[in-house]
Amino acid sequence: MSQAPTLQLRDVSKHFGQVTALASGSIELYPGSIHALIGENGAGKSTLVKIIAGLYHRDSGEFLFEGKPVDFKSTAESKAAGIAVIYQEPTLFPDLSVTENVFMGRQPVNRFFRINRSAMRAEVVQLMERLGVGLDPDRPTRGLSIADQQIIEIAKAISLDAKVLIMDEPTAALSGVEVERLFAVARQLRDEGRALMFISHRFNEVFSLCDTVTVMRDGNYVSTVAIKDTNEHQLVTQMVGREVTSLFPKLDTEVGETVLEVHGLNSPGVFADIDLHVDAGEIVGLSGLVGAGRSEVARAIFGVDPYTDGQVQLLGKPLPARNPAAAMAAGIGFVPEDRRQQGLVMQNPIATNITDAIRGSLVKRGVITHKAENAAAQIWAHNLEVKTASLDAKAETLSGGNQQKVVLAKWLASNPKLLIIDEPTRGIDVGTKSEVHRRMSQLAKEGMAILMISSELPEVLGMADRVYVMHEGRITAELSRDEATPESVMYAATHSSVPAPAAVEIEVTETIVETGK
Amino acid sequence: MSERVLDKTYYADYAKPLWRRTLINRESAIVVLLFAVIITACTTVPNFAETITIYHILQNYFTALMLALPMCLVMITGDIDISVGSMVGLSCSLTGVVYNAGGPLEVGMLCGIAVGLLGGLVNGLLVTRIGLPALAVTLGTMALFRGLAVGMLGTTTVTKFPENWTMIPQLEITGTGIPVVMIFYVLLAGVFVWLLHFTTFGRGIYAIGLNAQAATFSGVNSGRTRTIAFVLAGGLAGLGGVYWTLLRGVARGDTGDGLELQVIAAIVLGGVSVFGGVGTIWGSIAGVLLIGTLANALQVVGITADIIKIITGGLLIAAVLAGSLITWINNRRAKLDRLSTDGD
Repeated sequence: MSQAPTLQLRDVSKHFGQVTALASGSIELYPGSIHALIGENGAGKSTLVKIIAGLYHRDSGEFLFEGKPVDFKSTAESKAAGIAVIYQEPTLFPDLSVTENVFMGRQPVNRFFRINRSAMRAEVVQLMERLGVGLDPDRPTRGLSIADQQIIEIAKAISLDAKVLIMDEPTAALSGVEVERLFAVARQLRDEGRALMFISHRFNEVFSLCDTVTVMRDGNYVSTVAIKDTNEHQLVTQMVGREVTSLFPKLDTEVGETVLEVHGLNSPGVFADIDLHVDAGEIVGLSGLVGAGRSEVARAIFGVDPYTDGQVQLLGKPLPARNPAAAMAAGIGFVPEDRRQQGLVMQNPIATNITDAIRGSLVKRGVITHKAENAAAQIWAHNLEVKTASLDAKAETLSGGNQQKVVLAKWLASNPKLLIIDEPTRGIDVGTKSEVHRRMSQLAKEGMAILMISSELPEVLGMADRVYVMHEGRITAELSRDEATPESVMYAATHSSVPAPAAVEIEVTETIVETGK
Repeated sequence: MSERVLDKTYYADYAKPLWRRTLINRESAIVVLLFAVIITACTTVPNFAETITIYHILQNYFTALMLALPMCLVMITGDIDISVGSMVGLSCSLTGVVYNAGGPLEVGMLCGIAVGLLGGLVNGLLVTRIGLPALAVTLGTMALFRGLAVGMLGTTTVTKFPENWTMIPQLEITGTGIPVVMIFYVLLAGVFVWLLHFTTFGRGIYAIGLNAQAATFSGVNSGRTRTIAFVLAGGLAGLGGVYWTLLRGVARGDTGDGLELQVIAAIVLGGVSVFGGVGTIWGSIAGVLLIGTLANALQVVGITADIIKIITGGLLIAAVLAGSLITWINNRRAKLDRLSTDGD
């Protein structure tokens, strides 16, 4: 690359007291390039981003922006210099319009300090056109998908004429189509000569979008290579510092009696005619694009969401609708999609969270004590190797992977017959991920029935003995382990009915391209 | 994976030693402040260190002490009930009306308690079933119940209640200055400590206040739990109305006016968060006692009611300010701790 880098970090470190969050971070972002930053959770990626964003101040090392040393003391300073950071979940003002959100804090005014609404609106219309996104500038941002909210953040960055755009795991909550749209926008920004940085746990995205990749491990810079000169295996090895034999170690299991049976489940506008069953010892995947109604079905089975007709049976006994307590008593465990909002009470201690699903059994003579909770939590925290110094640490102080372990511990403690896991490995690092997969496989081998929802196709294909695919609220395919291929699953996920699979493959690529526009 | 039985402990149960957990917190600070006020008053205020002082404070703050218990539950779930003062008035009026109409006082008192329970149920169902905000609902029922309380009696006041009942609030545990009704209160407080701190119901209350969604996903019946808290508040407000009727020997529609804010202020002072999820029964009780003692001491030295209001108001703001300052410091610490386990 002949051009000078827009942004350079050299041997940057950040310590908090005794703790080293970043030992030696280095990265160079060039104009007209999309640079991937990958590494396990705890590798120091986010710390590096926060230093660039001006949220943290580095302890040592060099930070150059457009060739000049800079020293950002606040996010406002880095923003003013031309650095924009887009986080996984944007924080917009839900009741304000798209336009007002784009111009928050810097509304153009006319002579009498009156906000110039028409100028604001005109610019947003222009921005949306440029990004090729049909977002109404006047609608409130409440109810917009995360993908659309990110677009607003990007529009904000462009209107600020940001030279560096950093995206911290932007695709974690997006569906395939939305990811394609985001990538189209990213490529456009790259072609305009901006420097982009992209953090993701998904290799296929890194390979399809980025041109350069930097790997970090344990707070240190490991390597930077051109995408075309590397492969997934090599990157994974660099990330974990060891050979990873298989990401998805699913053991063969003996399938036992039917544990969960769902007949004709309906919820108008959400899902329809859901028939499925999960047997003991089986991992059943529920696949489909985000918004296909997978999580809604799982929540209805567990009783959190309502359904109008149909029946859920556990081991032959019907379960009442809308009654999670009854579902738990019958033997269902449910690891929800969003561990921060649904899985954990973040401000409660680890011990309280782990015992949330089994608390009734800890009551002795009408009294439940912290001692009893701690004793029970002790076992499960250890079983799942939760990393913490004490059991009264709040769940919010743990890393994402450890939080997920706490949610798993909570439900495994209840010794369920059926475990529903919605996005088992979202946002957690590679090491913990394969650990979670290994445990799921082990649990199935011990006779537990597992219903797994996942947006990651390799996870579904690697882990599931059987896959149901949903499209727009209906099950469009039931595939055995042998039948399930990326093509067959993706085809069912994008089509309402499934014709003979022979003619499928060519059409698949077409569909993805079409919807990707 | 199979469940392993531990032959040793792998984690410390607590990060901090017992004395730090019990002494360095909001509740202990309020208890220390309470004792400081008592000691200062005993040494500087003439005639304060008498049993009669205890008698007056406990007698006048008995209803507030009672209401602090369910209000603590209601507020920890993240709701609020500002209609309790009006429910005290409604209960008081109804007791008087039933007695005035020729019914036995016992029936009147039961009606008073029943109307409180019913009012609490109405609040609870409007909030949980229909999903209205608790502040709006109880703001409405506050006016509604007060209107009923005043309208029911019209311009009359009911007096001349039988003495075998009206003497009950006056009874004193001989030589201590403590009213006999406090025995009931101690038992009641014990029940609430058990409910909030030692039952799954109580764990559910905290979970709802901190993260209602996660509570639902853990099988907590949030609607029922919150409704029960409102019903308890209503029931004890009903009992409070009966208490006032007997204490004063008069049934009036304006009984309990402003009591709700007094109770809420006291328990917030005692460490209950207005955002829910945080608070304890003992802290709430200490908060009421602190305000009661302070107000009484100031009154004895001749400070007028308006100044007392200014002082207690200022104290509340100072306490909340100190609380958020502590939270801020703790959060900063936690942030640093978090980075130690998760550098990412």
